[in-house]
Amino acid sequence: MVYSFRGGIHPGTHADPGYKAATNTKPIEKLALPDEVILPVSMHIGAPAKPIVSVGDTVDLGQPIAEAGGFVSAPVHATVSGKVKAIEPRLHPNGSKVLSIVIENDGEDRLHESVHPYDFASMSNEERIECIRSAGIVGHGGATFPTHVKIQSGIGKCDTVIINAAECEPYITSDHRLLLERPEEVIGGLKMLADIMGVQNAIIAVEENKSDAFPGIEKLIADDPRLKLYPLKCKYPQGAEKQLINACTGREVPSGKLPADAGCAVFNVDTAGAVYRRFTTGMPVIRRIVTVSGSAVAEPKNLEVRIGTQVEKLIDACGGFKEPPNKLLMGGPMMGVAQFSLEIPIFKGTNAFLAFCGEEDKCVADPQCIRCGKCIAACPMHLLPMYMNVYGKQDDLDNSVECGMLDCIECGSCAYVCPARIPLVAQFRLTKGKIQAKRAADKAKADAEKAKAEAEKAAADEKK
Amino acid sequence: MYDLSKVVVTSSPHIKADDDTRSLMLDVLLALLPALCVAVYTFGPRALVLTVISMVACAVFETIYNKIVKHPNTIGDLSCFVTGMLIAFNVPVAASWWMVVFGALFGIIIVKMLFGGLGKNFMNPALGARAFMMASWAGMMTTWTQPHASLPLFGTVTVTDAISTATPLAAMKNGALPDASLTELLLGQTGGVIGETSALALLAGGVYLLWRKVITINIPAAYILTVAVLTFLFPMGDVPRVQWMLSQVLSGGLMLGAIFMATDYVTSPVTAKGQIIFGVGCGLLTVFIRYFGGLPEGVSYSILIMNTLVWAIDKATHPRKFGYALDKKKEAQ
Repeated sequence: MVYSFRGGIHPGTHADPGYKAATNTKPIEKLALPDEVILPVSMHIGAPAKPIVSVGDTVDLGQPIAEAGGFVSAPVHATVSGKVKAIEPRLHPNGSKVLSIVIENDGEDRLHESVHPYDFASMSNEERIECIRSAGIVGHGGATFPTHVKIQSGIGKCDTVIINAAECEPYITSDHRLLLERPEEVIGGLKMLADIMGVQNAIIAVEENKSDAFPGIEKLIADDPRLKLYPLKCKYPQGAEKQLINACTGREVPSGKLPADAGCAVFNVDTAGAVYRRFTTGMPVIRRIVTVSGSAVAEPKNLEVRIGTQVEKLIDACGGFKEPPNKLLMGGPMMGVAQFSLEIPIFKGTNAFLAFCGEEDKCVADPQCIRCGKCIAACPMHLLPMYMNVYGKQDDLDNSVECGMLDCIECGSCAYVCPARIPLVAQFRLTKGKIQAKRAADKAKADAEKAKAEAEKAAADEKK
Repeated sequence: MYDLSKVVVTSSPHIKADDDTRSLMLDVLLALLPALCVAVYTFGPRALVLTVISMVACAVFETIYNKIVKHPNTIGDLSCFVTGMLIAFNVPVAASWWMVVFGALFGIIIVKMLFGGLGKNFMNPALGARAFMMASWAGMMTTWTQPHASLPLFGTVTVTDAISTATPLAAMKNGALPDASLTELLLGQTGGVIGETSALALLAGGVYLLWRKVITINIPAAYILTVAVLTFLFPMGDVPRVQWMLSQVLSGGLMLGAIFMATDYVTSPVTAKGQIIFGVGCGLLTVFIRYFGGLPEGVSYSILIMNTLVWAIDKATHPRKFGYALDKKKEAQ
């Protein structure tokens, strides 16, 4: 049986579905160690980490250099050994400057004393979760939500753990190569996560275009009845959390709720791998597999790189650009973030860096909706993108919410299929911002009125 | 250092499907070609001349309108050519070229451009034009000539008894089966407007549009099935049910309307449920008009009436959003 959801799109051409052909047969290559790494204190969702080293300090590989800034936060570790060169704001893939710790590599790769294997079996659950927390493990699929928070809030509520190996974003093959070349890491991590969460149902869900990895996975899951391999239909956004849960279990995450409310905890393939590596080697998150691809890249590759490596080094390793690029993307082409510099570092959630030089974007000057309804058929959340756009443009916020504005996951399926090339997702982001601003203003107004009424009441009471 | 001077920063997604408005319209034009070929074979080169005149007129009127309101020209999206072809498909071959030009003027300027152009009009421009020509030149719009009658390329046609004929629907209006056999209806060897006669050619175009995913099957299937079921259940007069149903389905403008006019993106509902309601509504009205109306044919008016309801249908058929059923169930508990 092949699992799927309703809606979605099939990017790519007939000959090259998902545009993955450029790299899906290329083995993972280790990139030479960079001269320096740039480690932003925000490589996760939540509070920024707090630096615990100073300029001039010597640090070892795997040494914590910034501690978590709160419960929903994650520590940062040195990804090379060397000297702290600077602690200053540097350009971050989000487009702004973020406090970053810059380490000059001494090339020794000296292991820090804290890096040692753990005996998973004899540890208590609290110890295991702390071990994951202190490794700085976050969702490696791109969302970078701290893994220990997901585990802790899911224990007792979840009966199913799902490893998200859909990798539905076009061009990206880093998860594919990991599954094919090192399935033991992923399945090992899945077993550990199932143990920690105490579930009897542990699914690894993989899109069918990675069927060459199935034999390796099947061999590894054969001895554990909790583990199951679910082949998924190749369709974008199959790897979106809600769509994945729906495909695997038939459940729907209620609007505005979390996957745990549908009894599921979803982890990225590489997150599971990071959990496995943490317990078996003690190594915190220091590396990442990145697909470098796109029409502008001379020689697309899957590279294993230290976190903090500047993107320029990856481009160098891929033979530079064939033609000057017109678009640089951190992440996939559907949800990735456009970049304007190659000085940004690879961070924990970077699964791909793409550079385009062709007409991939297909922007038009004055797009006109022809009401074809393709956006509605494509929406995996079963919303009305066409009407959301119309109401959004008119600042009719209530009607835009009625049509689904706040349930939009910004997957871009609607804008991809739109024959008029309307920038739907851009409009939705704008309108969502306006809705949030309006709600905040309404709340402030209500609070002020309440305070005023209370003050008047108090004054009246005093008079009595 | 790399040359990043061309790099632009935009919102995601950064790739788009190949199909655009122009390619979709081109697909519709291609899908209409089989019917055009049959029309030229059946009614002679005059059918082609009228079609070309209509298409050119639509493009010219759209260009002039855009010039006047100082808009960039929009004929590149090819939608005006689809309108032009469909206007010609909706007139009898004996019609005058100048009537077709007036039809194009009305369809493009009044129905389409004055409402804001492609995507903003609430009525199908070709059907609007047909209704306008019906109201203005009813005689010319209902003058039917026999297939393969020799007609002048441009000039006025004097329809003598020798070449005059009735449409299959006119016969059925009185509860009798048409003279034309089912094969003749399929191949279009009957009287009728230029583009409607061959059910087979129109179906071939429909299959192409479905295969290219230009249209979904919802509207044509709902429309044709509704007509089929109603005519099967309620045959007029004393005729065999199945033959009556097939004759009803294969004659008149049903195929042309169901496949090419009711599926017009701009003037049909956008949700799957809405499209089915729209198709069923068109089917009901068509049978009502054919059975009880003053005219033998009701396809164009049925679609026009349903066009006016599209907004309400859309509003009433919002799909269930992902993650909402559960909430309701919980509330009910």
